[in-house]
Amino acid sequence: MNPSIARFSRDQIAARVAQDIPEGAYVNLGIGLPTKVANYLPADKEVFLHSENGLLGMGPAPAPGEEDEDLINAGKQPVTLLTGGAYFHHGDSFAMMRGGHLDICVLGAFQVSATGDLANWHTGAADAIPAVGGAMDLAIGAKQVFVMMEHQTKSGESKIVSHCDYPLTGIGCVNRIYTDLAVLDVTEHGLQVREIVDGLSFEELQKMTGATLLPPL
Amino acid sequence: MIDKITASLEQAVADIHDGATVMIGGFGNAGMPAALIDALIAQGARELTIVNNNAGNGDTGLAALLKAKRVKKIICSFPRQTDSHVFDALYRAGEIELELTPQGNLAERIRAAGAGIGGFFSPTGYGTMLADGKETRLIDGRHYVLESPIHADFALIKALRGDRWGNLVYRKTARNFGPIMAMAAKCAIAQVSEVVELGQLDPEVIVTPGIFVQRVVLQHAQEGK
Repeated sequence: MNPSIARFSRDQIAARVAQDIPEGAYVNLGIGLPTKVANYLPADKEVFLHSENGLLGMGPAPAPGEEDEDLINAGKQPVTLLTGGAYFHHGDSFAMMRGGHLDICVLGAFQVSATGDLANWHTGAADAIPAVGGAMDLAIGAKQVFVMMEHQTKSGESKIVSHCDYPLTGIGCVNRIYTDLAVLDVTEHGLQVREIVDGLSFEELQKMTGATLLPPL
Repeated sequence: MIDKITASLEQAVADIHDGATVMIGGFGNAGMPAALIDALIAQGARELTIVNNNAGNGDTGLAALLKAKRVKKIICSFPRQTDSHVFDALYRAGEIELELTPQGNLAERIRAAGAGIGGFFSPTGYGTMLADGKETRLIDGRHYVLESPIHADFALIKALRGDRWGNLVYRKTARNFGPIMAMAAKCAIAQVSEVVELGQLDPEVIVTPGIFVQRVVLQHAQEGK
């Protein structure tokens, strides 16, 4: 690996995603890596965080000792409610999602295809116990779906692929991909590279990617 | 005088029969009606079909019901968790049937049952293995999957306060599946932290109107108290 590549850390990816979330947006941050995005939303911007178990206006984790077992997020971790926040039942919560009322959903992924297919719920391993939760609803529910993930697996395989070979979560649902190497948009013409980290050329990025890329405009 | 307040947890679950479909509220432990589940375990009904978002956490509540081998089938969205060892073992041993459904479809299937809807087209899951074999339709350029309602014989839910007409309010994110499960079951049983007099719940803030609730029981109510 070329040591001069300024590969983004997971926190830097989260900070980069946060830059694209405008004030007033209704946003769902998926379990895992996407929850880090909340740490980088500027305090002077009002963004409405939705958690599918039934709250809008989700705040940060409570101080130690202040946890309330009836106030948790979709990852079942204790959270807080901001002033002005609201609780609602699961039917309403998923209507917010499926009905297209959420502006942005940020999800992790095993694989994303060149046409925006998403695989993030199941490895397909024969002995795995399947668990889908809200992944499929989130994938198709928001006006824009952002994926944040490492560009490659630990063994160096591209997570951006021509066709997903993991079981799908949703078809053609991803709009933008943020990785430790680049920011890419899924467009009708193909995967459009928007940004590449310092020290990496487009050609090198293409070699590290399992689908054809369109060079930055 | 109509009084849906039931004197004991034991009495509240007494008529749950073998083979019943029982919805159980809660998302993880938030909103899980643990006292009613313990009463159901003591009551002994078997061959149950359980509807819940998860498949039990740790060794208490729903996990304890599973561990007691009372559950034939579970309909849920997210069975596998770090502390779902009871379900995991039963599943791997082939001792429990799993119907996996995306969380929003699960919620809407429950809501649809309560609202008298015979089925609905959902965009969630289209093109995935969870839609295999299901009818699909292209509507205004978007693909949908036909989903069916989930009816239940009983719903066990947890609320914060209830009155003798069955009106309920909940607490924070413990609300989750309570309101829709109450609608979907022939007999909805709510365990509450507090029973209040009629009129003490502000009609503007009642979340579940009493028409959807058949029994209300204090979560610490015991026979003879």
